[in-house]
Amino acid sequence: MDTFLQQLVNGLTAGSVYAVVALGYTMVYGIIQLINFAHGEVVMIGAMVAFTVINLLVPTGLPPLAIVLIGAGCAVPVCMLVGYGMERLAYRPLRHSPRLAPLITAIGVSIILQHVSLMIWSRNVLAFPQIIPSRSYFIGGAAITTVQIAILAICLTLMAGLAILVYRTPLGTAMRATAQNPQVAGLMGIDINRVIAVTFIIGAGLGAVAGVLFGTYYGLAQYTMGSVLGLKAFSAAVLGGIGNIPGAMLGGVLLGLVEALGAGYIGDFTDMCQWGLPLQACEGGGHFILFGSNYQDVFAFIVLILVLVFRPQGLLGERVGDRA
Amino acid sequence: MRRYFDTRSKPWLIWVGFALIGIALAVLPFALTQVGTTWVRITNYAILYILLALGLNIVVGFAGLLDLGYIAFYAVGAYVYALLASPQFGLHLPFWVILPIGAAVAALFGAMLGAPTLKLRGDYLAIVTLGFGEIIRIFLNNLSRPVNITNGPQGIAGIDPFTLPGFRFDSPIKYYYLLLAVVLIVIVINLRLQNSRIGRAWEAIREDEIAARAMGINTRNLKLLAFAMGASFGGIAGGMFSAIQAFISPESFILVESIMVVSMVVLGGMGNIWGVILGAVLLSFVPEILRWTVEPLQHALFGRMLVDPEVIRMLLFGLALVLVMLFRPAGLLPSAVRKRELTGSLEERAT
Repeated sequence: MDTFLQQLVNGLTAGSVYAVVALGYTMVYGIIQLINFAHGEVVMIGAMVAFTVINLLVPTGLPPLAIVLIGAGCAVPVCMLVGYGMERLAYRPLRHSPRLAPLITAIGVSIILQHVSLMIWSRNVLAFPQIIPSRSYFIGGAAITTVQIAILAICLTLMAGLAILVYRTPLGTAMRATAQNPQVAGLMGIDINRVIAVTFIIGAGLGAVAGVLFGTYYGLAQYTMGSVLGLKAFSAAVLGGIGNIPGAMLGGVLLGLVEALGAGYIGDFTDMCQWGLPLQACEGGGHFILFGSNYQDVFAFIVLILVLVFRPQGLLGERVGDRA
Repeated sequence: MRRYFDTRSKPWLIWVGFALIGIALAVLPFALTQVGTTWVRITNYAILYILLALGLNIVVGFAGLLDLGYIAFYAVGAYVYALLASPQFGLHLPFWVILPIGAAVAALFGAMLGAPTLKLRGDYLAIVTLGFGEIIRIFLNNLSRPVNITNGPQGIAGIDPFTLPGFRFDSPIKYYYLLLAVVLIVIVINLRLQNSRIGRAWEAIREDEIAARAMGINTRNLKLLAFAMGASFGGIAGGMFSAIQAFISPESFILVESIMVVSMVVLGGMGNIWGVILGAVLLSFVPEILRWTVEPLQHALFGRMLVDPEVIRMLLFGLALVLVMLFRPAGLLPSAVRKRELTGSLEERAT
């Protein structure tokens, strides 16, 4: 039970970060049906910029919270610029090309961003300074740290803010209109190019915050972190129904839970001794574990494949037509 | 000038051309040995990449399915060879037994991946194949416990070279001729395939799947076939890679490798066999040339290494993908049909 609660807490935390990253994928997909392959790299750049700024500020003796906030405050505009840049240079010229073309440029942009980061920040795993004093609270046997609480709070705020922006403001209305039908939205006087650029910028800003959260949570950042994180977030977006904003939030949290609980239990579950197999290794209470928690990263892909096979429109998606 | 090389009035010129290319390819390793034996080895890897790119071209170029996890099939072929011809299990089967097994196992994996995913639309398929590639790599990394199959991240060493009765492939030059023979066979297969009933059906699927289905093409089976065939070429290339290297580890089969093969196909021209070969040759030699020019240049200019040639190579790949798509979407040597498809805008195609 303790393991269960603990993995639940860990899963919720990781899942809310996935959800924020997944929002970036889903917003862009919803509006121009492009899988922005490079979004994971934007998250990585966010983490890297924050790392540099935080490391610069630590010796100044500012309060830790302020340092992290300034770090995030620097990461967000940088990532927004990157997001705008790639939309403007790599995607906009290809908006009317067949689908494969922007997907391939997206892969190219992702490689370029990764290796530019490698040149700037080296290929080492960078350790985030642990400046926020971590205190643990216990709820029914599971420990939840202050950092985890902060991450949950920030992610919830961001998601709520985005929901308000999309569903309650003129800009949000314009975004939804463009998503439904760009030509007609254009005829109604909406500047589609501006709306699409703003979507990229907002997605990148969310990604930057997610990167900072991810870095402070795991204490690490590396130039390759974006691709796996991006894939997981994309899986989350598909799980919830790509193009669907509440879906991305739900998908992210669910994926985090599946991953954490899966990693927590797969070892016990695939312990062949538990199933009473007469194996030599089992004698004297031994174990014969087929798959351990080192398979954690596989879960996201398996979820992705299962969803695409059995419910390609995702949990909350409704439009099927051209999706599958 | 053109009058002298008009192949229509002088058809024998084509054969002269073939003969010249043949002679050039036959003496190439000896010329390269003069520069350094390493270059023969580099050429061998380039030919392996040509094999991979031609295999992927069946999937991406002919059938129009973007596969971002292609290196997984290469890995499968490599590991099949390594497991059946190394001290890992104490098995030492001859290569002409293992290579078909490797190709078959890779094709099986291709079909396994394809069966549940081929009804997906292009960009979803790309992501799923990418995930599949990662899954294979994670398994190769972790299948050392509880039963040691792949030896985990340490990889498998001491893999047998190819041997025939009384003959041992023990130098890069011998492998060069073997690879050359294999690549020629694969090129012929590809050329024949492209204009066969199957090849034309793939083209129809790529152009318009619904129309193809309406014409009575079994789209699902043909897409599966494309996946399985592409995968089997990858499997054969993997087996040869295993033997040439004599050592493999999951490190050789990372995502970047998949993307590199995709870049070769895209840069050269999706669907055009000669274009793909050109792409593979360019992208496998450019990094080596960079290694030989950029490093000394940096030492001379700054006194130390500022930018790793490896990084420049990857930046070039990324730039190649973006710039080719922006300015020459059909690749350096476009195939006629593909060119029409990729340059026409959606509106044009609708009318």
